[in-house]
Amino acid sequence: MEPLEIAKTLQARFPDEVREVKEFGGQVAVILRRDRITDVVTYLKTDSALQMDLLKDLCGVDYHEKKKPRFEVVYHLYSVKFRYLIRLRAEVPEEDPVIESVVRVHRGADWHERECYDLFGITFKGHPDLRRILMPDDWEGHPLRKDYPYSGPTGENEWKRFSNLLEKAEENKKFEWVRSRDQL
Amino acid sequence: MSVESEEKLGHSTKDLVISMGPQHPATHGVLRLILELDGETVVKLTPHVGFLHRGTEKLHETLTYLQGIPLSDRLDYCSAMANNVGYVLAVERLFGIEAPLRAKYIRTIVSEMSRIASHIIWLATHALDIGAMTVFLYAMREREWLLDLFEMICGARLTTTYPRVGGVRNDVSEEFLDSLYLFTDEFPGRLLEYETLIDQNRIWLKRTKGIGVISAEEAINWGLTGPTLRGSGVSYDVRKHAPYDAYDLVDFDVPLGTKGDVYDRYRCRMEEFRQSNRIIRQCIEKIPKGPVMTPDAPKVTLPAKDRFATEKGLLPIQMGLMRKGPAAPAEGEIYSAVEVPKGELGFYIVSDGTGKPWRLRLRSPSFVHASVLSRLSVGHLVADVIANIGTIDIVLGECDR
Repeated sequence: MEPLEIAKTLQARFPDEVREVKEFGGQVAVILRRDRITDVVTYLKTDSALQMDLLKDLCGVDYHEKKKPRFEVVYHLYSVKFRYLIRLRAEVPEEDPVIESVVRVHRGADWHERECYDLFGITFKGHPDLRRILMPDDWEGHPLRKDYPYSGPTGENEWKRFSNLLEKAEENKKFEWVRSRDQL
Repeated sequence: MSVESEEKLGHSTKDLVISMGPQHPATHGVLRLILELDGETVVKLTPHVGFLHRGTEKLHETLTYLQGIPLSDRLDYCSAMANNVGYVLAVERLFGIEAPLRAKYIRTIVSEMSRIASHIIWLATHALDIGAMTVFLYAMREREWLLDLFEMICGARLTTTYPRVGGVRNDVSEEFLDSLYLFTDEFPGRLLEYETLIDQNRIWLKRTKGIGVISAEEAINWGLTGPTLRGSGVSYDVRKHAPYDAYDLVDFDVPLGTKGDVYDRYRCRMEEFRQSNRIIRQCIEKIPKGPVMTPDAPKVTLPAKDRFATEKGLLPIQMGLMRKGPAAPAEGEIYSAVEVPKGELGFYIVSDGTGKPWRLRLRSPSFVHASVLSRLSVGHLVADVIANIGTIDIVLGECDR
């Protein structure tokens, strides 16, 4: 089955959900509403003609000031048996960045969703353990958003645990070894 | 100990929580595990990653497509060449250009060399963790040889940055191909040496057989790839499923396990050594003469150095490419995957018509494999956690990005 055919099957099965089908470089992307994403993923996995059982990747994309809705959660699904690849792009608005979790269908989505929550601030409803994964627990902001600055907070707003570490290092300087005769 | 017997004896037990890492020699980097133990049995395991997070994806958004190549070295520093190839392939697919045949063969050679080099590190540290020290010393001898060969091609041993968008940086010499052929002659013998040390070793078998078992369906559901998945008997290899470079022109097998335990994954990787060796030999025998950079994409690849002496107007082109980067298609998006030694390394690039990617997503195998650690370890002994970290073969530079 060609990737476009899969997209058409999906469109026929979920006519209200599929908004657009795009093709680029031989790969097909299906743009979806976010509401029934778990159903779509479950259908693709359990349908005997598709069997898309491997979730290759799950990530967020921020289209800040480029289009509305602002966020997208992108799923790459693959069928190990039939070698089909399809990309699902679920749209998530800025005002209410929430989408259903697919952990119950694909166990491997667990850490990907935590990462997406950490770096984009998109909440996954029904995720068993949604907390930051790459950034520290007490970090403020979501670094991969386009309006997040390239250089981190400095001065007053410096991350507390780092400024504490610097202070401690300053304190500990008095215990440093004397390195040469001149310093005696 | 059950509650009843505790009461009989008149004292109680409780689970012990210990923190393993981030500075621990057996965690292969800066992985931190919170272990909850009942006696010596693991009740719960919580991995903490992110200590090596450098914001590679954010960095890529500030760099042009050509400047992004060196960042891919720093992902999985044990197999830099394979990552480079993955990155340039993704950019090539986005721009719709193709490398010349000789460059494809060279890339296949260097990918397989880095597979051997990475698996050697895996074997050495895995065996060292479990307690077989001699293998480490033997294995490093071959790795040194391979690193010298890398140095011969591009001058660097670890952070190579050798492939380019549209080909490779420079042609390889006959001298290099000769010494690599010599390596492939010698290497199967060296493999037998490793196997004599551990393959039938009673301690090795006890520590690896029946440990960290994961079934085929479950392994797919967890998103595992590479030898970690193939140990469970699933025939999924990007080199076969979606061949890139010269992989469809050479002949090789995909070794599979049956039980999905630590020992099967070990056997899989040992067989992969032989297959990689076979691929390199075929490539050296088949490699054609010709250019190593594509001439078809003048707006993407930098002009060759020798053209500057004779042609005019090349300098502004080069300056433009370096500063602004080659302009990508306006609404392009591509997911490109390669089989790196650890598993499937995927690049998902969203372009917006400028010279820099709008979004570049790295799907790193180590990140996914680290998440499966708790599934593999719960119910086993603490010592088996070490065996499980070794068998999933993670590199934290790639996991944390």
